[in-house]
Amino acid sequence: MKKDIFQKIQGKWTFLIIAVFLYITLFLFNFSLAVKAFFVFLGLLEKIIPVLFLVFLFMFLFTIFFHPKKMARSLGKNAGGKGWLISIIAGILSNGPIYAWYPLLQDFKEKGMRNAFIVAFLYNRAIKLPLLPIMVYYFGIKFVLVLTFYMILFSIFNGLLLEKILKFKSN
Amino acid sequence: MIFERIKPSFIKSFQSFSRMLPMVFGVAMLTSIFITVFPENFYQKIFIGNKIIDPIIGAILGGVVAGQPVASYIIGGELLKQGVSLIAIISFILAWVTVGVVQLPAESLVFGKRFALYRNILSFVSAIIIACLATFTLSIL
Repeated sequence: MKKDIFQKIQGKWTFLIIAVFLYITLFLFNFSLAVKAFFVFLGLLEKIIPVLFLVFLFMFLFTIFFHPKKMARSLGKNAGGKGWLISIIAGILSNGPIYAWYPLLQDFKEKGMRNAFIVAFLYNRAIKLPLLPIMVYYFGIKFVLVLTFYMILFSIFNGLLLEKILKFKSN
Repeated sequence: MIFERIKPSFIKSFQSFSRMLPMVFGVAMLTSIFITVFPENFYQKIFIGNKIIDPIIGAILGGVVAGQPVASYIIGGELLKQGVSLIAIISFILAWVTVGVVQLPAESLVFGKRFALYRNILSFVSAIIIACLATFTLSIL
């Protein structure tokens, strides 16, 4: 168990080290592009940091108020329609980059969240409420409504299918 | 009762949260390299005008590159004005947000290799299917 956690932590550091190594390589071979990429990174950080604070706040509040058993009831194997609804709405309402939400989802998964609900959450992040006016401007309201309908439908379909695949592969 | 749980909950949450931070920053660094290497005018050169191949190109392109969802809407809107088919643009926009090749190693670390791989494959296929269904639905509405 301890070894497993250690390996996970190491893996996460390895990922950052590879990214830093790529930056150093880019700095050596194309300095101007590397500087441009660095400023893009700073811009991303500006957007990510408030989201990370929000994610931490959610994790903290969920740890205080939601017992793993309660979490399993709402988002676990027997959660049913309520679980789908929570995952879809949470996915739509969550903002910021997808990877900023990994810590919270990992925490939920450890507390018993169904894989299908994680898939639904991740898939529905494609529907961004604050960005819908831009989509309407470019493609029209009919396009947005049709696409949103199919995305919600397929988030459920993908969630169920992934669970079946994982179950089949583990047998 | 709740007050007693504040300190241990804070420590527990902070430990889980801080474990993920190196990975989050790593993905942000990789994403910024992708955004810089592939500027917005790069995409219009990729589509070939074939209504069967373009949606697949759209899904591959959307899945490989990374960036803010709003960028996919703007690029998609501009590509539509330049004559790229709607079906290709829908698959591009959907794959941009739902498929993440750049985030795949991080997703594998958090949820497991199988979960990450199959979720991304399903999202890729779904992007093409939804593009077909949405285009058909819009044509009859």
